[in-house]
Amino acid sequence: MAIALTLLTLVALPFVAALAIALLHGGGRAVHSSIAAGASAGGLALLVMLTPPVLGGEVPSASWAWVPALGLDLTLMVDPLGLMFAGLILGIGLLVVIFGHFYLYAGEATGRFFASLMLFQGAMLGIVIAGNVLLLLVFWEMTSLASFLLIGFWKHKAEARQGARMALAVTGGGGLALIGGMVLLGVAGGSFDLATILERGDIVRASPLYPVLLGLILLGCFTKSAQFPFHFWLPHAMAAPTPVSAYLHSATMVKAGVFLLARLWPVLAGTDLYTVTVTSVGLTTMIFGAVVALFRHDLKSILAYSTISQLGMLVMLLGFSLEAAALAAVLHILNHAAFKAALFMSAGIVEHETGTRDIRRLGGLAKAMPITALIATLAAASMAGLPPLGGFISKELMLYETPKLALLGLPWLLPVLATLGATCSVGYSLRLAAHLFFGRPREAEPFARAHDPGAGMWAAPALLTTLAVLLGLVPMLLAGPLVGAVAAAVTGAPAPEFDLALWHGVNLALILSLIAVAGGALLLWQHKPLLAAWERASLPDAKRIFERAFAFADKWVRKAIVATHTPSLQRMLLASFSVIVLLVIDGARTGGGMLTGGRALLPATPVAVVAWVLLIAATAAVVNDSRNRLRVLIYVSVIGLVVSLTFVQFSAPDLALTQISVEVVTILLLLLALNLLPKSPPLLSTASRKWRDGALAITGGLLVGGIAWAMLTRDPGPSIAAYHLANAKSGGGGTNVVNVILVDFRAFDTLGEIIVLGIAGLGIFALLESTATGAAGARLRAWRADMPHSPERHPMMLVTASRIVLPLTLTVAIYLFLRGHNQPGGGFIAALVAAIAFLVQYLAAGFDWSDARKRFGEHQLIGWGVLVAMATGLGSFLFGAKFMTSTFGYFTLPLIGKFELASAMLFDTGVFLTVFGAVMLALAQLSHIAQRAARAARKSGEGGA
Amino acid sequence: MSYEFLVASAIGVLVAGGIYLALRARTFQVVLGLTLISYAVNLFLFASGRLVVGRPPIWDKAVSQYTDPLPQALVLTAIVITFGMTAFVVILSLRSFLETGSDHVDGDNVPCDAQDGMAGSTAEDGEDTRP
Repeated sequence: MAIALTLLTLVALPFVAALAIALLHGGGRAVHSSIAAGASAGGLALLVMLTPPVLGGEVPSASWAWVPALGLDLTLMVDPLGLMFAGLILGIGLLVVIFGHFYLYAGEATGRFFASLMLFQGAMLGIVIAGNVLLLLVFWEMTSLASFLLIGFWKHKAEARQGARMALAVTGGGGLALIGGMVLLGVAGGSFDLATILERGDIVRASPLYPVLLGLILLGCFTKSAQFPFHFWLPHAMAAPTPVSAYLHSATMVKAGVFLLARLWPVLAGTDLYTVTVTSVGLTTMIFGAVVALFRHDLKSILAYSTISQLGMLVMLLGFSLEAAALAAVLHILNHAAFKAALFMSAGIVEHETGTRDIRRLGGLAKAMPITALIATLAAASMAGLPPLGGFISKELMLYETPKLALLGLPWLLPVLATLGATCSVGYSLRLAAHLFFGRPREAEPFARAHDPGAGMWAAPALLTTLAVLLGLVPMLLAGPLVGAVAAAVTGAPAPEFDLALWHGVNLALILSLIAVAGGALLLWQHKPLLAAWERASLPDAKRIFERAFAFADKWVRKAIVATHTPSLQRMLLASFSVIVLLVIDGARTGGGMLTGGRALLPATPVAVVAWVLLIAATAAVVNDSRNRLRVLIYVSVIGLVVSLTFVQFSAPDLALTQISVEVVTILLLLLALNLLPKSPPLLSTASRKWRDGALAITGGLLVGGIAWAMLTRDPGPSIAAYHLANAKSGGGGTNVVNVILVDFRAFDTLGEIIVLGIAGLGIFALLESTATGAAGARLRAWRADMPHSPERHPMMLVTASRIVLPLTLTVAIYLFLRGHNQPGGGFIAALVAAIAFLVQYLAAGFDWSDARKRFGEHQLIGWGVLVAMATGLGSFLFGAKFMTSTFGYFTLPLIGKFELASAMLFDTGVFLTVFGAVMLALAQLSHIAQRAARAARKSGEGGA
Repeated sequence: MSYEFLVASAIGVLVAGGIYLALRARTFQVVLGLTLISYAVNLFLFASGRLVVGRPPIWDKAVSQYTDPLPQALVLTAIVITFGMTAFVVILSLRSFLETGSDHVDGDNVPCDAQDGMAGSTAEDGEDTRP
C-alpha cells in the first residue's frame, strides 16, 4: 500500500501543483515558482526513495481498475528505464523552474507559465511510469496539449502561435497514429498491460498485425521525436521562452518518442523491417540535422537542429536492435539531457544579457561573460564528443557499434555515414562555442551590454555542465549501475558486459572519432565559403511545404463544402423536406397495407369538433396572415390552447399544465423579440414560389396526417408502460407515474435535458450580451419605437395587481412542485409558473425596478440546478447503489402530519432551478436589450434635439 | 367524426402549415413554422400512446386501467426543450437582424433567390425591409 501511495503521489504532485498555481494566479512570480520547485523537489525525493529497490531489481507497481471493460487500468510502475526518465524529468524540471524564475520578468503571466509547465511535467511523468499502454496514450496526448500551451506562451507573438499550432498538428497527428498502433499492439499482444505485453514480444512480432502496428507506433515516435521528415516543428517551437525549450528539447517532450522506442524495444525490435526503418530514419535525421545546424545563425535554431541530429543518433542506436547499441543510447540520453539543457540555458542567458540570439552579431563574449562562456564551452565540447567529457564516451560507443550492421549489404556504409554525422556535430558545436565566445566581437552594441548574470541564472546550467564533465571523468562511478540496469530494462535481458571509460586503446571507434574531430575543425576553418555555398543552394523549406499542404487541404475542403452545401437556408430546407417527403412516399408505396387499421374509434364530442375547427382556422390564419406579425401571435396562442385542451381530454394533465405555461412564456418571448423585429415586412415571394412550397407543404401534411391516422387506428404493440405503472408507487414512491418516470426511471434523460435547456439559456445570454457593440449596437442605437405606446409607462392597475398576484402565483408554484410526485405538477411545471410570476413583474413595473429587487442570479440558478440534480444522482453511490437510484421514506411532523420525502424530490429541485433560471435568463435578457435599445434611442433623440 | 380523425388531421394541417412557413424567406416566419412543426411533433409523439379518455396515469389502488405514461413523460420534456429551441432560434434571428439589418434568412447580401434561377423573384425578395 505504501508503494501504491508513493507512486500515486509521484504522478499526482505536478498536477496538484499546476492546479494550485492556477488557483493562485494572482500570487506573483515567487509564489508560482516556489510551488513548482517544491513539487519537483518533492517528486525527486520520492524518486530517491525508490531508487535503491529499483536498482536492486524490484519493480514497484500499483494498479487500480479504471475502465476494465476497455482494458484501461490506472497501472503505475517504476522500472529502471522509467526511473531514469523520471529522474531527468524531475531533476531538469527543477533546474528549469529555478532558471525560469530568473528568466521571466516579474510582470509576465508567471502563473500560466508555471501551471502549464507543471501540467507538462505531470504528463511526461505519466508517460514514463505508466504500466498500461492505454494510460500511456492518455498522458501522451496530454503532453501534446501542454506543450502547445508552453510553446505558445507568448501568445502576442505570431511565430509563437504558429509554432505552437505546428507542434500540435504534427505531434498531435502522430499521437492519433500512435493510438491506432497501441490499440493494435494490445490486440496483437492480448493485453493492454505493459508488463504483459513486454513478455509477449514473440507473439506480437509473429502477428499479422505487426507491420501495421509497427508503422503506426513509429509514426507516433518519429513525430514526437522530430525525426526527418517530421522534424520541422521543432525549430519553430523555439518561439517558446528559453526555459521551455531547455525543458522540452533536452529531457522531455522530444525524448518521449525515444522513450517509447526504448520501452517497446523488446516487443518491436529485432525484425528486419524494424531495423532497416528505424536505423535509416535515425541516420538520415542525424546527418540532416547536423548539416543544417552548421548553417543556422539563431542560437536556439542551431540548438534545435543539433537536437534533431542527436535524437536521430538515439533513434538509430535503438534501431540497431543490438543490446550494446541500446546501452549506448541509454548513456547518450543522459549525456544529451545534461549538455543540451545547459546549452539552451546558456543561450537564454546570452539573449537575456545581450538582447540578441543572432550568432552573426555576437563574438568574443568570453571576455564579457566568462562564467557563461566556461559553462557553455564545456557543454558544447561534450556535444561535440571531445574527451574528457561524457559526450565522447557515448559517441565512441555509437561508432563502435556501427560496423556490426551492414546497411544495404555494405558493411562500411554505416560507419562512414555515422562518422559524417559526427563530423558535422563537431563542426556545429565548435562553431557555436568559437563564434560566440572567442575571436573579436562582430558588433559593438550587444557586446557592450553583455555581462554575466546573477548566480541564480547560471547555477542551473553550471550544475548540468558539471554533470556532463563528471560523466566523462568518472562514468562508471556516476552512471555505471544506472546505465546497466536501464539497458537491461530496455532490452529485457541482462545488460552486456560494458566498461565506460575514456580510453579503450586504439580501435576503429577511436580512429573514426579522431577523423570526426579533424573534420569538424576543418568545417569550422572553412565555414565562411561553405556558408556562402549553402545559401546559394535553394533548398526546399519544410515549413513552407507544411503550410502549402495545409492551404491545399483547406482549399479542397472549401470546394467540397461549396459543392455539397448551399448558402441559402431556403434551398437547403426545400431539398431536405423534398427528400423526406419522397422517402415517405416511397416507404408507403413499398410498405403496402391498409391506411386504416382495425382499432375501435372514439366518437368525438361537438365541443371537440369546435376546438378542431378553431385549430385549423388558426393555423390557416398564421400561414395566410403571417405578415401582420402581432396578430399572428394571437393565432399561435389559440393553437397552443387547443393543444393543451387536447392533452386534458386524453388523460395527460401534466402535459396540459406544461403546455399552457410554456405557451405563456413563448408568447411573451415572441412579443419581446417582435418589439425589435420588423412588424409587417413587404411581400415576400412570387406566386409561383408560393404554389411550389404550398404543394410540397400539403403533400407533407397529408403524409404525416396519414401516418398519424394509420397509427391511431391500430392497437399499440407491447409496451413497457406496465412496468412503470407497477413500480411507480412501490419503487419510486410516487403515484404520478409521469413524474416518477421523469425524476426516477428516466432521470438520466431528464438530467441531459435540463443541461440542454441551461445551455440554450446561456447561449441566448451570449448572443444578446454582445449586441451593444459593433453593427448590432449601431442598429440598436438607431432603433425607433415603431409601435403606439401606452401613455402610461407602468399602468397603476397592472403594477398593483401584479404585486398582489406574485405571492399567490409563487404559492401555486410551490404547491405544484410539492405535489408533483403524486399529483399532476412537478419541477418543470412549477418552474414555468414561477417564471411567469416574475416575468409579470418585469412587464408591469419594468426591467430596472424588478431587476434591482430580485435576489437571484440566473446563471447561478442554472449551474446550481444542474449540480443539485447531478449530486442527487451521484449521492446514490454513497449508499452503494447505482447512479440515479432514488429512495424515499415517510415522516411525521406535528401540525402537518404524515408526509413523504423522496430523494427524487431533490432531483426535481435541480430541474426546477435550471428550468427557472434558463427561462428567466432568456426573457429577462431579451427585455433588457429592448430596454437598452429604447434607452439608447432616447438618449440619441435627446442628443439630436 | 372520431377523435382519431380530428387528431390525425390536426397533425397533418400543422405540419403542412409548418413546412410552408419554414420555407419562407423571413426569419420570423421560419420561427413560426418551427413552432407549428413542434406542436405537430409533440402531438404525434403523444398520440403514439393512443388516445385514451379519462384514465390519467395517476396510480390508484382502485384503478387498473391507465393510459401509457411513457409518451407523456417524453413529450413533457420535449415541450420544455421546444421552448428552449424556439427561444434560441428567435434570439438568433434577432441577432442576425441586428447584425445585418435584414430579417432575410440568408442575411442582407446573399443573392439566394437570384441563384435559384426563378425569374422575377429577385426584385421582391431582395427588397430592403429595414424598419
